[in-house]
Amino acid sequence: MTAVQAPAVPGGAAAVTPRAPRGRAWIVTVAVVAVLAAVPLFLAPFATTTLTRILVFALFAVSLDLLVGVTGLPSLGHAAYFGAGAYAAGWVSIHLTAQAPVPLLVGAGVGALAAALTGWIAVRSSGVFFLMLTLAIGEVVQQLGNAWESVTGGANGLTGIPSVRVAGAPLANAGFTYWYVLAVFLIGFALVWLVARSPFGAALRGIRDNEPRMRAIGYPTSLYKYAVFVLAGGVAGVAGSLLAAQARFVALPDMGFVTAAFALLAVVIGGAGSLWGACLGAALVILVRDALGPSLGGHGTLVLGAVFVLVVYLLPRGAAGVRLPRGRSS
Amino acid sequence: MLVSVLNGLAIGFLLFILAVGLSIVFGMMDVLNLAHGALFLGGAYLGAAFSGSWGGFLAALGIAAVGGLLAGAVLSLMTAPLRRRSHLDQALLTLGVAFVVAELLILAFGDDPLSAAAPPALDGSVTVLGAVYPTYRLVLIGVGAVLAVAVYLVVERTRVGALVRATVADRDMVAAIGIDNRLVTTAVFAVGSLLATTAGVLGGPIYGARPGLDATVLILALVVVVIGGLGSVRGALVGALIIGQVDTLGRMLLPELASFVLFAALALVLVLRPQGLFGGPAAVGAR
Repeated sequence: MTAVQAPAVPGGAAAVTPRAPRGRAWIVTVAVVAVLAAVPLFLAPFATTTLTRILVFALFAVSLDLLVGVTGLPSLGHAAYFGAGAYAAGWVSIHLTAQAPVPLLVGAGVGALAAALTGWIAVRSSGVFFLMLTLAIGEVVQQLGNAWESVTGGANGLTGIPSVRVAGAPLANAGFTYWYVLAVFLIGFALVWLVARSPFGAALRGIRDNEPRMRAIGYPTSLYKYAVFVLAGGVAGVAGSLLAAQARFVALPDMGFVTAAFALLAVVIGGAGSLWGACLGAALVILVRDALGPSLGGHGTLVLGAVFVLVVYLLPRGAAGVRLPRGRSS
Repeated sequence: MLVSVLNGLAIGFLLFILAVGLSIVFGMMDVLNLAHGALFLGGAYLGAAFSGSWGGFLAALGIAAVGGLLAGAVLSLMTAPLRRRSHLDQALLTLGVAFVVAELLILAFGDDPLSAAAPPALDGSVTVLGAVYPTYRLVLIGVGAVLAVAVYLVVERTRVGALVRATVADRDMVAAIGIDNRLVTTAVFAVGSLLATTAGVLGGPIYGARPGLDATVLILALVVVVIGGLGSVRGALVGALIIGQVDTLGRMLLPELASFVLFAALALVLVLRPQGLFGGPAAVGAR
């Protein structure tokens, strides 16, 4: 995980990372993945389930970071595609098949499709206007979910989603579900990381830093923004399918404003543009909301709101900004 | 049909009172105040808590007005240190504030939806051209129209309004001629927030007060402001009246797809006029 910090740091300058730290970063990555893979062997099922939730939300936050941090498009409606993917994966699992790649691919497809249908209007704007438009779009998609009761279950949510089946057998316990989620998370993370490092990703960072100049040197910036919006929607859909696999229940709040805002919070806490930072931010959000929240009488949101305010004041570049004082000018 | 048009007008004027504050604060200070919906919710809860009598209604209005002024001043002071940073940071700050405020309101008033009765004598209905219609909504239309005219006159015809428009156009120049524009911006933020809490009290008998209402009305206000053009009083009025009609008609004709009708209106405006109906590169005050 840690290996990706260098290329995804705000301000670009991906290729200048010295060689030695990169080697170390690979070692850290392998170690982190090994520890993550071994977790169900050591932790109690409840802790494993919490970690599963964190991975689901982390992949969602990473997909959002592709928009916010890499491309500079702050979205407050990204949960719409997360929720669309979750509903689609859940529906397919109930009515067609829960065989492993199918719910995943359906979630990705529906997430990307929803992003494609609504994104063309959002990418016409940027900055705060983008924030407003995505907020409105997210609300509309959520209301559609509410109205389309025969498919989504309306306000009751989509219940009775069966376990994902891998190679014919359902994932029997929290540990197997965790490994499934971890595997998909790693693939999704690697995909986003590769995109962020590619020439396409460099162009996206160019758009973030100076869109008029990118347009002037011949990049069709609207097309790039649209493409990354659809891609981020697809990855969010994958994360949604993981939500359906883990919780086996999808409800309207999963695609609503609060979920979208929490994902943005995770990205900002971690430091926009840093994919591993988004994962740390997601971990904090889920821990406060799901682990700490119940002991606060369900008012984890209050804590998260306060954290949000503090982070904006104290950590302008998020947790990733704190960890990267050396070797960066600006 | 007539009832629908009147409903649209009532919602439209309510949305105007809500959205004009958001619009002016953005136009003047470049701060997108995402806590605007939470302020509305605060007013709505006050209205619900005191509802039932004229004294209670007026007390709720008074408390909401003072609370709104204070909240706006505090928000203005909170965003001031972030002025040199990006607009996004300021928007995120207000988003965090919105969460905190909404949660505190739930702590204070509970999770259950509350309803607010219109004050006595306005809670009945009257016959308008053969259709029975709630009196309160008619009064709301009148109050909204008066407020719209008042805001327009203040911004367009008074010295204070000129100062506000000048600050929107060129903050540094206003400072250079010896006016403390921190005072101007704080005052505008305070008045904008006052309008939000007032709209919450006035909207109580229509929307009630419940968790989640803050996001709903924030989104409606944002749609209004995007359609009308940011920083424009006239745009906020026209946008609010359009959205009021579109939303009401949509709910009546296509109840399942009402939100799509709203979205379609937004999309149409943005395709034809990306800067909004009355927004220009230099959308100023009451243009």
